[in-house]
Amino acid sequence: MTLQHLWFIILAALFVGFFVLEGFDFGVGMLMEFFGRAADGAEETAEQHRRAALNTIGPVWDGNEVWIITAGAAMFAAFPGMYATLFSGLYLPLLAILVGMIVRVCAIEWRGKIDDPQWRRWADIGIAMGSWLPAVLWGVAFASILRGLPVDAHHQIQLSAGDVLNPYSLLGGIATAGLFAFHGAVFVTLKTEGAVHDDARRFATRLTVPVTVIVAAFGIWTQMAYGNDVTWIALGVAVVAQLSAVRLVWTRRADGWAFAATAVVVAAVVVLLFSCLYPNLIPSTLNPAWSLTIHNASSSPYTLKVMTWAALLLTPLVMCYQGWTYWVFRQRISAAHIPASIGLSRNGGPH
Amino acid sequence: MDALDVSRWQFGITTVYHFILVPLTIGLAPLLAVMQTIWVVTGNPAWYRLTKFFGKLFLINFALGVATGIVQEFQFGMNWSEYSRFVGDVFGAPLALEGLAAFFFESTFIGLWIFGWTKLPRLVHLACIWIVAFGVNASAFFIISANSFMQHPVGAHYNPETGRAELTSIWELLTNNTGIAAFTHTVGGAILTAATFVAAISAWWMVRSGNTEESRTMFRPAAMLGCAVALVAAASLGLTGDFQGKLMFVQQPMKMASAESLCHTETDPDFSVLTIGTHNNCDSVTHVIEVPYVLPFLAESKFEGVRLEGVQDLQKEYVAKYGPGDYRPNLFVTYWSFRMMIGLLAFPGLFALTTLWLTRKGRIPTQRWLSIFALVTLPMPFLANSAGWVFTEMGRQPWVVAANPTGDPNLHLTIRQGVSAHSAGTVWISLITFTALYALLAAIWFWLIRRYTLEGPLEHDAEPAPPTPPGSDDVAPLSFAY
Repeated sequence: MTLQHLWFIILAALFVGFFVLEGFDFGVGMLMEFFGRAADGAEETAEQHRRAALNTIGPVWDGNEVWIITAGAAMFAAFPGMYATLFSGLYLPLLAILVGMIVRVCAIEWRGKIDDPQWRRWADIGIAMGSWLPAVLWGVAFASILRGLPVDAHHQIQLSAGDVLNPYSLLGGIATAGLFAFHGAVFVTLKTEGAVHDDARRFATRLTVPVTVIVAAFGIWTQMAYGNDVTWIALGVAVVAQLSAVRLVWTRRADGWAFAATAVVVAAVVVLLFSCLYPNLIPSTLNPAWSLTIHNASSSPYTLKVMTWAALLLTPLVMCYQGWTYWVFRQRISAAHIPASIGLSRNGGPH
Repeated sequence: MDALDVSRWQFGITTVYHFILVPLTIGLAPLLAVMQTIWVVTGNPAWYRLTKFFGKLFLINFALGVATGIVQEFQFGMNWSEYSRFVGDVFGAPLALEGLAAFFFESTFIGLWIFGWTKLPRLVHLACIWIVAFGVNASAFFIISANSFMQHPVGAHYNPETGRAELTSIWELLTNNTGIAAFTHTVGGAILTAATFVAAISAWWMVRSGNTEESRTMFRPAAMLGCAVALVAAASLGLTGDFQGKLMFVQQPMKMASAESLCHTETDPDFSVLTIGTHNNCDSVTHVIEVPYVLPFLAESKFEGVRLEGVQDLQKEYVAKYGPGDYRPNLFVTYWSFRMMIGLLAFPGLFALTTLWLTRKGRIPTQRWLSIFALVTLPMPFLANSAGWVFTEMGRQPWVVAANPTGDPNLHLTIRQGVSAHSAGTVWISLITFTALYALLAAIWFWLIRRYTLEGPLEHDAEPAPPTPPGSDDVAPLSFAY
């Protein structure tokens, strides 16, 4: 195995980390609105429920988001050709993802700063938009890459609408959005108790069938169009894990195992996409010879060697302290745990 | 404007914006750690309240810094893809190291710090903010190492086969003398920014509260801490800036000649304080006020016998070396941003000295002009930081990777070679989107910072809650929740 192969695996692993962790963050943000609606109709209860859901990811979502920063930087360092071609080629979709992610960070962090219903309303719109948009668009982006982009002989892409807006890419977008919503609902089930827990379980239960159908459709299309004998394994793992998750949600047992199962589904789908891609990084629809591969888009052996040491030493450390964070905040929370708003009133000057 | 100009405007706007927020994060994290340490060691609740008060301002700012930071990493590939292709083998490594060795730390431990006040033992919780402080500064180190490669490429060579720069030594890359100088200078500026922020807000509150318990126990000590740190930081800026300047006279003589509007090669030229020009080039420069001996000292630590090359002569030299082209940076911008960076330092310096004098021997100043002085001083270090980066980046133009005079002569790239092949219209869409979104978020950021500053340290932050033992079953409300 060469370093290029190793870095293809590391890159896939970083995206697995991002989608598994940020996936449930997106899911919680996507469903937050519904936690509000599911309450007994009183705005105060609804607000407590929304806050309980949001606070399940409160201490961890910021650290989770670093996985995409690191994945992007690792792509830059290990496969600069891919980074340059892909990021300039998918310019407008990435712009939309960035807008979503910027709005989401500010909306989550600033939501509680001002104790005012109108303020929270705007923050909730920001959280919803900032979660739905990237959840759909990351799926569209990855499906479009696997489908192939018009890479020319100079490794430039002149993107046309059909490259990203086509049935397969759109199905990919719906699949990731559905998967993250399901993953998020199962996460909130695991992290809460009381009414919020029951709501989360109900959302998860309702999502089981549609999400399984959509993800299966996307997985089978992917396998049939781009797969090979080995990728069947990833698809198989995804299907078994998804069916286990469905069964655990239906039987209302073992929230922790259900969450582990949805995490495996997300990971297996990412592995499926990357293993279908291999050894390409961006297949060219114009001429297969112009495709970016792990060989023609990679960094020099020295850079890959340096980065290998850094990744092998530091990634386990990161996983240790991030894992510890989840342990520190392992306690389930309920609406009763949510204190009065920490925010200041909208008006009012110095006293 | 063509796609290159629009892309440059976008990079300039998003980067200057990002770096208004970041210095406060870099500088305030260690100051918060110091405040919390004083509380943990002395048990004095005033320092707990101060930690909470400045902690809230820190977090409002941190959020926007993180949000705008994502754009920074993405737009190298989005707008500067040919640059990314050319330097990725070298430039990607420090960015990836930043993620792995710094950004993960700060983002994970900030969550533990925000939510962990009653979940973690007191010393472990204190360690969290110190780790955040370490993380933000380590981030700065890696990012500036990357930037310094563009200023002074070392640890790499140009590979004609692949047509790109390739890393030969990560150690040389990370110990680039330009990088060490720029990192210490930038951190000095960040600490000055945060110390001035703490000092100005505390002094404003001290004057407002008058001779009260709060002034005596919180605002006066915090103002004095801020002022003392600001003075040390200002002194370090002088030293590190001088070191960096001397490197630049050798590494990028064109940048320093522009900063001085030195058009023709001279021996022992005077330092220009005020220059008037009707054209933004050497055709109509009138030096109005000049000071002798300063410039030779800045360049070579000597008062005499220093020969400095002028813009016109360097231009001829570069044409001979790199082919036809205009190698002169924007004279007006480099000249004035350099003076702005240095000149604005006077505000925090004077303010710190004044405040320390007025608070000597237990005094609580009540002069209203001091609070106005505080408010005027507050934004100055932010502007100086921006001016410094505008100077160093604009002064490097038209290069995106400036050639190292003693390094590989083929390792250089102009801005025009580095830009992505987009149509101007495409880049306009993102420029307008980012500018509008950033403007909206800036308005909210400012309003929130102002609102929380005017509220002051909260009464209910007077006493910290005792840590809850892990695994307890009672439904105690969380100490912090969004």
